[in-house]
Amino acid sequence: MSKANAPSAASGASMRWRRQIPAAIALAPAAVIVIVIYIGAMLWTVRLSFSSSKMLPVFDFVGWQQYERLFNTERFVLSTWNIAVFGVLFIVACLIIGFLLAVFIDQNVRFEDAFRTIFLYPYAMSFIVTGLAWQWFLHPELGLQKAVRDWGFTNFTFDWIVQPNLVMYTLVIAAVWQASGLVMAILLAGLRGIDSELWKATRIDAIPTWRVYVSIILPMLRPMLVTASVLLAVGVAKLYDLVVAMTKGGPGLASEVPAKFIMDNFFERSNVGLGSAAATVLLVTVVALLSPWIYAEHLRPKGARK
Amino acid sequence: MRASSQLLGLAFAALLSGAAIAAEPMKAEVIHWWTSGGEAAAVKVFADAYNNAGGQWIDSAIAGGGGEAARTAGINRIVGGNPPTMMQFNTGKQLDELVNNDYLANLDAAAAAGKWDSLFPKAIVNASQRGGHYYALPVNIHGANWLFYNTKVLADAGVAEPKTWSDVLASGPKLKAKGVIPFAHGGQSWQDHLLFDAVLAGEGGSDLYLQVYGKDAQAAIASPKFKHVAEVFKQLRDLMDPGMPGRNWNDATALVITGKAGFQVMGDWAKGEFLAAGQTPGKEYGCAIVGADGGYVMGGDVFVFPKVKDAGGQAAQAKLESLMLDPAVQIAFNTKKGSIPARTDLDVSSMDQCARKGAAAVKDPAKQLPAASYLISNDENGALNDVITQFLNTPSESVDDFVARFAAAVEASG
Repeated sequence: MSKANAPSAASGASMRWRRQIPAAIALAPAAVIVIVIYIGAMLWTVRLSFSSSKMLPVFDFVGWQQYERLFNTERFVLSTWNIAVFGVLFIVACLIIGFLLAVFIDQNVRFEDAFRTIFLYPYAMSFIVTGLAWQWFLHPELGLQKAVRDWGFTNFTFDWIVQPNLVMYTLVIAAVWQASGLVMAILLAGLRGIDSELWKATRIDAIPTWRVYVSIILPMLRPMLVTASVLLAVGVAKLYDLVVAMTKGGPGLASEVPAKFIMDNFFERSNVGLGSAAATVLLVTVVALLSPWIYAEHLRPKGARK
Repeated sequence: MRASSQLLGLAFAALLSGAAIAAEPMKAEVIHWWTSGGEAAAVKVFADAYNNAGGQWIDSAIAGGGGEAARTAGINRIVGGNPPTMMQFNTGKQLDELVNNDYLANLDAAAAAGKWDSLFPKAIVNASQRGGHYYALPVNIHGANWLFYNTKVLADAGVAEPKTWSDVLASGPKLKAKGVIPFAHGGQSWQDHLLFDAVLAGEGGSDLYLQVYGKDAQAAIASPKFKHVAEVFKQLRDLMDPGMPGRNWNDATALVITGKAGFQVMGDWAKGEFLAAGQTPGKEYGCAIVGADGGYVMGGDVFVFPKVKDAGGQAAQAKLESLMLDPAVQIAFNTKKGSIPARTDLDVSSMDQCARKGAAAVKDPAKQLPAASYLISNDENGALNDVITQFLNTPSESVDDFVARFAAAVEASG
């Protein structure tokens, strides 16, 4: 048995290897791009964050000086706080609204295609367009507030966008408006994949519908929820264009975010060293937040689960 | 083979030197960010003059108001070894590092031939030189502390042209009573800084202004006079409308043009907006420099000439260096641009009222104030933008807090 098996196993292995050659060739350019450009640029940025670079990169070494200045810069500290508030509210709101929309459409409503298109439509727009449209809509002298006042409700006030302590919530509103359609699409795909037998079974057991959704459907949608959360989290980390289009970081510094701090320092303020330090801090934060999840999902030995 | 063809070429060139230039024009690739209507018309004055002189102007306009995109593209090309023939910069510190790294051509020969030392205001000469050598060619001066006002709105409210910032503050209630916004402002950090500098120059005076952006900044910032400037600046907030945050400067200008607001502080490029609305200075709108010293905060544009190796490029650069300061070209360019000529020896009687006021101020050395960007780095300028915009937009921030933050920002980035 073993004698007969050995050559076939060997040829199987070489066969498998041969079959992998085209795949390896096809993947090589992508691998080179990832290693040289992404990881290379990342290391380059980390290196620059320890230099005194101003407009042009220089390769001296100034220790933690840029980081010291960074954490003493009020705008950066404020930006980090802002992005944390934005991130939590944005992800939670998108998941809840996206899930409710998906459930709504899954009720076999009439004109389902039309609703689906309407809900997903904002996602087809760039953040710049979203930002401009919401800026006009929320502007106290152009948009909603003015319209309602012109109808006769002269006391109506909705000027969050010019209130330093409320402006971040307007960004959340605009971003949720744009992205919850995407969550809906992902979760709807998940809902459609659920066997109709399961619904029949719960009906026989007379379980209330909301209870089925919360206790049975939601756990089954876990992979979709994870996918949606990761996509949304990426959107949080790179939040930049929406802020530029909608508030330009204002009023004052009230809606500044880290990505804008980095861009401004790199390109407007000729301050590559400080910008690199901020980029490195952002990178470290993202890695720190993601690594427990990556470990749990991919690296932990399968047997150890549960 | 190669040598003989080169010889042939030389002989040809010698025989037909005039015709050769016409047949093969000197190409000049120019990077700039003048893309709006009036600006594009202005840069065309340079292009036409160069083309008429036998050159070939290749226009590389890169849009983006403040010019960051154009500067980034140009710097990348210079550092990458493929420089344009000529490139725009704002007058000031932006080009320090390019000079230090030996990327820019020395313009001393052209400066000596054109007597630049006596041609430009001292501050412009200083800003164009590094270590006593010229590296930048100034083409215009923008006044950055103009107070524009709607003459009809002011007349209706019984307000005269303000002479001081106290006058501006005092006019607030009168204008409010007429139902207009007293002070139109665009709440973006660079505009907040521009307004602060106008108050600093007008209310604090030229000496304080130069000290705050000069060597002995900390002492000046700690002075009672600086605190007073901060108080006046904060009081201006009460004259602004709730829609101010994030507004573009031209939208604020539109409020003055349409009579919805009384005043705006902006650079003289705002004249283009009034012009487009069919208004003329002295009639529908007025312009004033506020403050006893009458200090004129001068910004402006320069062109730099990256080092190029080929003879054709060097010839094109030499031609441009003399042509851009030609009196007729300067007047035509600056009339369209809304600025005033960089050289002070020209007859500006053909220009508008504001330009004539500005040109008169620039002739007086006591009134020449360099813009902050001449004196401080981009880094410091940006850090101060943050401090100033936060102060203007945070009602609870006290003047003392602001002064402390201002001092700290200068310390960290200076």
